[in-house]
Amino acid sequence: MIRLDNIVATYTTQRGHVNAVDGVTLEIPDSIVMGIAGESGCGKSTLMKVIYGDIGFPLSLSSGMVDYGFVNERGEPVTTENIRREWFRHISYIPQSSMSSLNPVVRIRDQFVDFPATAGRKKEVLAQVRAFVPKLGLPPEAIDAYPHQLSGGMRQRIMVAMATFFQPEVILADEPTTALDVVVQKSILLLLLDLQKEMGNTIMLVSHDMGVHYQITQKMLIMYAAKVVEYADTDDLFQRPLHPYTLMLINSLPTIGDDRARHGLPGSPPSLWEMPQGCRFAPRCPLATALCRKEEPPLLEHERGRFSACHYAASVPELKQTLQAGPRLSEIAHDTAQLTADVERDV
Amino acid sequence: MKTILKAQGLNKTYHLGSFPRTIKVRALNDINLTIESDKPVIISLVGESGSGKTTLAKVILRLVQPSSGAVTVAGHTVAGKGTRPSRTEFLRTVQPIFQNPFEAFSQYRTVDAYLLETATRVARLRKDEAVQAVEEALAAVGMQYKDVRGKYPNQFSGGELQRASVARALIPRPQLIVADEPVSMIDASRRMIIINLFLALKQEFQTSFLYITHDLATAYYISDYIAVMNKGRIVEFGDAKQVLSRPQHEYTQLLLDSIPRLDYRWVDRRNAAPGKY
Repeated sequence: MIRLDNIVATYTTQRGHVNAVDGVTLEIPDSIVMGIAGESGCGKSTLMKVIYGDIGFPLSLSSGMVDYGFVNERGEPVTTENIRREWFRHISYIPQSSMSSLNPVVRIRDQFVDFPATAGRKKEVLAQVRAFVPKLGLPPEAIDAYPHQLSGGMRQRIMVAMATFFQPEVILADEPTTALDVVVQKSILLLLLDLQKEMGNTIMLVSHDMGVHYQITQKMLIMYAAKVVEYADTDDLFQRPLHPYTLMLINSLPTIGDDRARHGLPGSPPSLWEMPQGCRFAPRCPLATALCRKEEPPLLEHERGRFSACHYAASVPELKQTLQAGPRLSEIAHDTAQLTADVERDV
Repeated sequence: MKTILKAQGLNKTYHLGSFPRTIKVRALNDINLTIESDKPVIISLVGESGSGKTTLAKVILRLVQPSSGAVTVAGHTVAGKGTRPSRTEFLRTVQPIFQNPFEAFSQYRTVDAYLLETATRVARLRKDEAVQAVEEALAAVGMQYKDVRGKYPNQFSGGELQRASVARALIPRPQLIVADEPVSMIDASRRMIIINLFLALKQEFQTSFLYITHDLATAYYISDYIAVMNKGRIVEFGDAKQVLSRPQHEYTQLLLDSIPRLDYRWVDRRNAAPGKY
């Protein structure tokens, strides 16, 4: 189990310090796929960086620590302090853009073995890599190529291969399929799922696509303005969200076969420099009251395994019903046509 | 019936590599497409990268010369043999909206300078008329001239700047707006603002849209017609709701199956042991 204890991650900028992750306490069970979702700037990528242990200027950890729940070669528990030594072997990272992560002037096979763990036995490791690569739907010769000779999907498969080769306990994937087409996206996601099933490791996946989360995650973390607003099993979260933000995030995009009018989320998230008092989501929330604007709701376990930071978590299912009974697309179009006619009469 | 968009025998071949080993890539392979309607329409063009959808958009926008064939928009031949109207006249008929608004606007010029220039040069308005046209166009996208004036692109969010580029495209009152992946750079929670804007502008300004995307869900939401492209060919074309609910071509089916939907899962995990599946 990975334990995050009151993580506060701070960026140092010219304007001063700003907390991109502000007090996240969390327990992540082993061998699951956990999804992290939220709008840009909500702190999801910073949280990933902290979990990966990639903390360096301008990012710093003001408070808290990550306990990874496994021990290193010397039998010491692995925490934020010594996680860097476990990179690749016990924790790995799949970045969004494979093109800017692979060295363009070095063959892929040389990048595979280019770290201290393989010193002295590079040949042996390379033979293993060659045997491992076909599992990911790549020809073994692919590792002899330079990055630009492969397609985007193949490069992303190479990144997955690098991240899974040593069968690490934890794999972090930050928008691993955003740059890819839907058909390739599906194959990469299913590949990740297969590998996870086989190796039993923990995958943490950041994506802005709620569909991707529904397809492959078991638990979900929803972040808003540097805070966790909801944490629950994926099935429960999609069926009956307990935070209005989660509900609105799921409802923000259209789906095929559903002609309900969609409006996205009104407004924009608050600037990290000027946090509103009370609940950070209150200015955009349809359920907000005076209480929300005054008092910040803590992340509470409302039902077993279901955490939500909302004063009115119990009213969210009602809100879902109201949204589902909303106007159809055809009615909206009709309204607009009416409006145009009115304007013309005025003229 | 007005012809909104017509492509006849359109071909585009790119030659890649240098002399001894030139590779020919047929980005457009005999595209024939006719869209006629009395009312403005939104046409979606979907397909994977490399399917030729962006090349088709570039041909319609006169950024790429087709190898053969012609494109007609609202009676004007805009590409291929017999391209008649001058560049300004063309820009009054067809206007583009690009994927990344931060690349579309130079960061060294104010956004309103672009809007005013479109009004004076393309729409040929006098200075006072131009300001009024800019005000109207910005109001149509839910923005105000006083909030845009004197601001540089980096002072806007991606969504706002994309709305400003929609406003710019509206100023000459074009017959057709070609929008190439207009929402893929915008945060998922705010994409619908732009998408709904297209629906409203279709009614209000009587403008047709060619919406190029790989996102079938938003294509389903806004379009009247849809064309599915694969390997330089249009493999399926028809009423958007019909094509996406009852696809005839296997490629359309493949695209539909690959969407991460919210109502059924690719892998059924219900019977698997908790924790592992």
